[in-house]
Parts: sequence; C-alpha cells; structure tokens
Amino acid sequence: MELYKCTAHELHEKLLKKEISSVELTNSVCERIEAVEKDVNAYVTVECEQARAQAAKVDKMIADGEKPAPLAGIPGAIKDNISITGMRTTCSSRMLETFNPIYDAHVIKKLRGEETIFIGKTHLDEFAMGASTETSFFGPSRNPWNLDLVPGGSSGGSAAAIAAGEAIWSLGSDTGGSIRQPASFTGCVGMKPTYGRVSRYGCVAFASSLDQIGPITRDVKDAAIVLNTIAGVDANDSTSLPVEVPDFTKALRQDVKGMKIGLPKEYYGAGLDPKVDAVLRKAVADYEAMGAEIVEVSLPHTEYAVITYYIIAPAEASANLARFDGVRYGYRNLKAGSAPEMMTASRTEGFGAEVKKRIMLGTYVLSSGYYDAYYKKAMQVRTLIRRDFEEAFTKCDLLLAPTSPVVAYPLDGKMDPLAVYLLDVCTIPVNLAGLPGISVPAGFADGLPVGMQLIGRHLDEETILRAAYTFEQAHDYHKVMAPLGGK
Amino acid sequence: MKVTTKDVEYIAQLSRLTIPEGEMEKFTEQFNQILNYADILNKLDTTGIEPTANVLPLSNVLREDVAIEGVSQEVALANAPEAFEGGFKVPRVIE
Repeated sequence: MELYKCTAHELHEKLLKKEISSVELTNSVCERIEAVEKDVNAYVTVECEQARAQAAKVDKMIADGEKPAPLAGIPGAIKDNISITGMRTTCSSRMLETFNPIYDAHVIKKLRGEETIFIGKTHLDEFAMGASTETSFFGPSRNPWNLDLVPGGSSGGSAAAIAAGEAIWSLGSDTGGSIRQPASFTGCVGMKPTYGRVSRYGCVAFASSLDQIGPITRDVKDAAIVLNTIAGVDANDSTSLPVEVPDFTKALRQDVKGMKIGLPKEYYGAGLDPKVDAVLRKAVADYEAMGAEIVEVSLPHTEYAVITYYIIAPAEASANLARFDGVRYGYRNLKAGSAPEMMTASRTEGFGAEVKKRIMLGTYVLSSGYYDAYYKKAMQVRTLIRRDFEEAFTKCDLLLAPTSPVVAYPLDGKMDPLAVYLLDVCTIPVNLAGLPGISVPAGFADGLPVGMQLIGRHLDEETILRAAYTFEQAHDYHKVMAPLGGK
Repeated sequence: MKVTTKDVEYIAQLSRLTIPEGEMEKFTEQFNQILNYADILNKLDTTGIEPTANVLPLSNVLREDVAIEGVSQEVALANAPEAFEGGFKVPRVIE
C-alpha cells in the first residue's frame, strides 16, 4: 500500500522497524499533494521543503539509535487558525493573508517536542465561522468523496486532507461541531475533547468558552495518539484544566459489554435524513449485539441549542475579533485619513460577509437594551442544556447520536443560511455543555460517509474512545478510501 | 421586523464596519431571520436560572508573580502594517 494511505500508528511501526524512512514517507505525501491538491484544495499553505528537512532530521535520529515518539517523522496537517512559527496563519481570511505568528501554539510546541512534521496549513471557513469551508477567502475545499460536494467545516481542509491522502493526521478546532461534522462528511474520525482538556493558546479565538482543538485522523487509535500529545494543562491558558492526562491509547479495548449507551430521542427527530437514520439504527443494533445496553434518554432543551449558540458564539466573537483593527497586525487600508476611518475601512475590507454578520449579531446581543433579552437569556438556557446532559448521564455512560442529520451537500452556495445553522443541532449542544464528542465512520448513504457521534461525560474521553474503537474494529468503514469522483 | 436598515447601520458603526448600500437590504433581512428565530427562547421561563458563561469549575487561576522574558520590540513589530521608530504607526487620531 502507498505510504500516504497508512495510519500514523502503522507508519510509526514501519519507522521503528526501519522498513521505511521518514523522508520516503514525506515524499509519498508530498507527491500525493502534488497529484490531487488542484482538485481538493485542502491547503492554504504547503511546506514540503521544511517537511523534508524535518524528515531527514528524524531519519538521522533513528539511525543514531534514538527511539522515535509516536508521531515523530509523520506528516500532519494543521488547521490554519493554529499558530506555527515559520508558516503564515491566515484563518482563511484576507485580514490575515500575510500574518506570520510570533509564537507557536501550545499544541504545536508539544508536537514539536515529538519531532513530528507539519506539512502545511489547511482551509477553514473564514475565522472558523461556518460548516462548509465555503467562506474561506482562499477556498473552498472540496469533498474527496465527491468533488462537487462540501467537505463540511469549519475544519474542512483538515478533513479533506486526511480523506484524500494529503496528510497522515491533522488538527482541527471545534466550536459548534467544526471537527466532528467535517469528519462525518469525509469518512474520518474527528474528536472534540472536553473543554479545557487541550490548551487553546495560539489558536485564534472565535468563541472562547466553546473553542477546543482536537484531532481529525484515519482511525480511532490515531485520534487517541494525537490527543495524548496535545492534552494537558498550560500556564498560558487559564481555562486549561489542571488534571491528570491518562494514556488514551490504553482505553482502546474491544469491549462494550455492560456499557450503557443512551439514545437522545430529540436527535432522532424531524430533519434527520432517513438514510442517515438507517445507518445509525444499524450501528445501535451492532452495539447491542456486542453486549452494550441501549437506553432511550431525553435532552428536552435540544431545540433551543442552535439559537443559544448563535447568540453566545457571535457575542464572544464580536469581542475576540475587535483586536483586528489594522494597527498591530493584519490587513490595513492605507488610504484612510484618520485612525477610526482606517480601522473601519480595514475591517470592512479585511473580513468577509459571514464574519461581518456574526460580529454585528454579537455586537447587537451585547448592546444596551438587548443584553438581558438575548445574551443573558442564552446563558441561562445554556445552563438548562448542561443540566439535560447531567440528567441523561445518570441513566447511561455515553450517548450515541448522528454527527450531522445529513450527508455532505452540494458546494453551490444555494443553502439557506438559517437552514445551514440548524444542521448543527447534533453537535452544538456538546460545545455548550463542554463535553467530549467523537465522530466515527458508521457506514454510507448513497455512497457518502455517515458519521456516528459518541458523547461522553465531562473529562471521560476514555469511554467514548473505547466504544468508538470497538465499533470501528468490528467494521471496515474507516478503511474505504475516498474515490475523488464527481466534477 | 426586529431591526431596520437604520438599526443595522448603527450596529455596524458600533462594530467598526460598513455595510455597502447595495447589500444593506439583504443583510438586514438575514439579521432579522436570526432574531425572529430567537423568539423561541421566550417559550422558556428562565426565572432564577443561573447563567452559564463558562462550563469550567475554575475561578481565579493564579501563578507565582515571577518575571518572565517578554516579546522583543522587533518581534512585536514584525507584523505591523506600518511601523515608525519602534512603534506602531497609525493615521492621525485627534483632529
């Protein structure tokens, strides 16, 4: 098999046994990028020269008898809202087209410590605000399963890169489903860790109380391996949790006997594509056959989650994106005569339409006279949504739900904006409650991948990893390569 | 209609943004679509419910007050659209 198709843990074994070199592997991935990137457009920036130099360094380390870390010498793709010094970080925005970060994100520092390889930076919806990667200033990315379809988003570039063989592992960020939903649309594994499990330092902030960095990979084991490296407290992020990080690969046992899996009935309601429903029902039956106990649970405030999110996330975004004023970094209009005019012109020209809409929505819900009716109300409903989960977890160990109620849709910009927002109904509540969630390939509907979402208790990534691993190993869905058809 | 084009203009001004005249109507319509949808929240009685700003059980995360090396002037200015004598240069602020 071509090296670019392998998982990180398979390649690590090959590197250990000296069956391959990191340079060979990196060349395989770079040649694949060369061959398919014009169709997929996963990357904002590709740095094969840097990657080859790092690969040669790792090969020398191995030749000198050093034992490589699990991700050493294995090329990964990083969502372009996570800072790496030596590569620009654009957030797929004109605002940051030429921005060069002056420090590494905490997760990047940790990954560098493992001597891994960063092969490039991937597309996102501008500033991670979207679910299709269509709003990228340099985009859009395309779905490797059918190039006429969206790869999902906002981490669509990272997911597309994994599905198309343009990287071995990747990082995304998830504010309302931005790791899990593109993983679902492209047949990858995508994990949003518990809020606070991974430091957000160096990830360009969208909605600070919701954002979380996590892996998009080819299988569950790779997701656990990447999480092992990036998790842990960081003095630079006061919201990172000072708790012990387990070895997540130890949770990967093929056993769900006696596990109680809850099916939140509201997630199987109107709007769920019957073909997606059928795939999930089959998965539920498989779990039952493997010894899990299935219970129905209720999350009664689910219908309020999307609008709660579309008040809270824009409110936080309007504050976070106030820093883009054309003064210290980012795009500047050079013609404006005064400082306030320069700021307004720079922001107007530097941001795209969706980003502007959300900044203004956030400004409105925080403004005098509307704060209580919208922002405070949404924060109260957020409490009710959290309580729903707490109540459900008294009856089960984890929840099984669709990742998205639909499969990948056409890349033609014809979807109604509110209808697109509503498609995030199965992922958004998990961010509002700060819980861990993973999307795993569960089958196909009309030849397109369908993701199954497993949601765990606060800081209990291990249970969902174990359940995900057990399901994955009993099937071959994750081994099917995207055909790069369509167009 | 929750907001008019005039309201949107005001919100844009607060946000330091300009909406081009040709896009104003569509923008206002999309804005209203979301705000109208937010009406469903009024079905819920939230009297006495504590708001959640953040899900973490953490507060006042502190560290020892020790000096650490900061960013050099040169590095801090590396991405400046315009710099002048070691500072960020901006157009005139006061008339």
